[in-house]
Amino acid sequence: MSGSSEATVLTTTADERRAPERRLAQRLRWALADGWTITLRDLKHWAAQPWQIVFGLLFSVMLVLMFGYLFGGAIEVPGGGDYREFLMPGMFAMTMLFGLEATYTAVTTDADRGVTDRFRAMPMAGSAVVVGRATADMLNSVLTLVAMAACGLAVGWRWHEGIGPALAAFGLLLLLRFALLWLGIWLALVLRSPEALMALQILVWPLGFLSNVYVSPETMPGWLGAVAEWNPLSATVSAARELFGNPGWGGESWAAQHATLMAVVWPVALVCLFFSLSVRAYRRLSC
Amino acid sequence: MASDLAVQVEGLRKRYGDKPALDGFDLDVRAGTVHGLLGPNGAGKTTAVRVLATLLRADGGRALVDGYDVARQPAAVRERIGLVGQHPAVDEVLGGRDNLVMFGRLFHLGKREAGRRADHLLERFGLGDAGGKPVKRYSGGMRRRLDLAASLILRPAVLFLDEPTTGLDPRGRNEVWAAVRALVSDGTTVLLTTQYLDEADQLASRITVLDNGRIVAGGTPDELKSRIGGDRIDVIVRTDADLTAAAAVVKEIAAAEPEIDPDGRRISAPVRDRVAALTEAVRTLDARGIAVEDIALRRPTLDEVFLRMTEAADERE
Repeated sequence: MSGSSEATVLTTTADERRAPERRLAQRLRWALADGWTITLRDLKHWAAQPWQIVFGLLFSVMLVLMFGYLFGGAIEVPGGGDYREFLMPGMFAMTMLFGLEATYTAVTTDADRGVTDRFRAMPMAGSAVVVGRATADMLNSVLTLVAMAACGLAVGWRWHEGIGPALAAFGLLLLLRFALLWLGIWLALVLRSPEALMALQILVWPLGFLSNVYVSPETMPGWLGAVAEWNPLSATVSAARELFGNPGWGGESWAAQHATLMAVVWPVALVCLFFSLSVRAYRRLSC
Repeated sequence: MASDLAVQVEGLRKRYGDKPALDGFDLDVRAGTVHGLLGPNGAGKTTAVRVLATLLRADGGRALVDGYDVARQPAAVRERIGLVGQHPAVDEVLGGRDNLVMFGRLFHLGKREAGRRADHLLERFGLGDAGGKPVKRYSGGMRRRLDLAASLILRPAVLFLDEPTTGLDPRGRNEVWAAVRALVSDGTTVLLTTQYLDEADQLASRITVLDNGRIVAGGTPDELKSRIGGDRIDVIVRTDADLTAAAAVVKEIAAAEPEIDPDGRRISAPVRDRVAALTEAVRTLDARGIAVEDIALRRPTLDEVFLRMTEAADERE
């Protein structure tokens, strides 16, 4: 047993003397392997606590039913479309937004328990923790979207433009989730406290409702409507409505007119911003 | 550098804002020994361990672990150390075995090898039956033992234990102590930080006392104890009324001003000649009609050493 673990150490030291490009390839391979180990850890969490996944999915289904049937009758969709057809793209985006809380909780819990310190004092790839987190969260989001779509189909939602645009719409939704993932990681590294989740929820709800998900921004007071139309969530929702062929609010603003463009620009900008902020915050853990 | 030194620290400095956490800290730890780093809260113990474990960058000075510079060769250092911090660093949801396999994989062991190592370590730390149980159902002592096991996966040259028994009940503390003693008999070098003096006394062969980021004393536990005046005499009187009279008697025979503890009705003072002092004390107390509950000679506790050392350091400021 000792022979093999010592051999591991020797191989790594020998690698350090090899040509730089081979070293780089080796490091990349370990980075991927380590990232996958961390992903597996999260998948095992699901297996150990399946009810957490089930409750997460039930919550999303409940929101669909609540808004679809409780509020649906009271809200008129422009052009006379079905409210549930109109609602589903917004609900997809809302679930992507709620994923922020899961990311935040997972990262702060690790930092709080000292697990992050252990990882950082180990000879593993520094990126693995984040790559693993991202992979697991994205897998979770895919699962959630599938369950939501099934629920949507059951209450009468359809995509009308064919499977290609529908997949593109799901792609944009996952892109939004990916951007929010980095916001979640950055917030977790800066706030570092699982208890601050409450504060995060106070941020998440207005961000979700101050959008075009439930009502048209044109019915809001002018400045509030502008905020709602420029909300990254609104861009993704508008683009998804177009791609699914579901009814939407339209809107006169530049942001509303160029929703699909903004549904790409916003998440990419958010990833650039919060990825670099997260890297800085992670480095600052060692100051 | 001398090859028998597992840890070598020279003039380490670290500030947080205006407050110096480490202020020119030196340390030599011989390979195969347990070295205790003792000090009150905020003395700089954890900062020192975090610098040595590559978690924190020092502002100045140099630190070598197993011959590798923590600032310049952190990757090499990480392959040679184990760390048990103040908070258990294991996954609460996973079972004990899954935890060790995961860490083994992250240490780049093969799948089968990681499994074998996990089973071996679980057995060794008495967790063989609990390997499948989620860690959140472990007791505090079991959790720390799993934590220890996780830091031993790669057989580290140096193991850092940062207050490993903080927050444990006496039973958990004994479990961890037993595990650390077993490691030492295997020849692992351990740097242990603690604010419990009896813990350092029990486990460490050498102790460094740290206060305000600076070393105030160092040596073997016995050396430290004899440095504050060797043996002490303790007199406990039966009634409060006799306390002052008894203190006067002790003062006549003692080598320094006696310390009086009114609650325990105890008078304590260092003495030079053990037997002569004891005989003299018994005779005089008896002659003056002072009723004595207990009288004894003893070695000073590390608590007394520690208080004396840190007070002396404060006075020099």
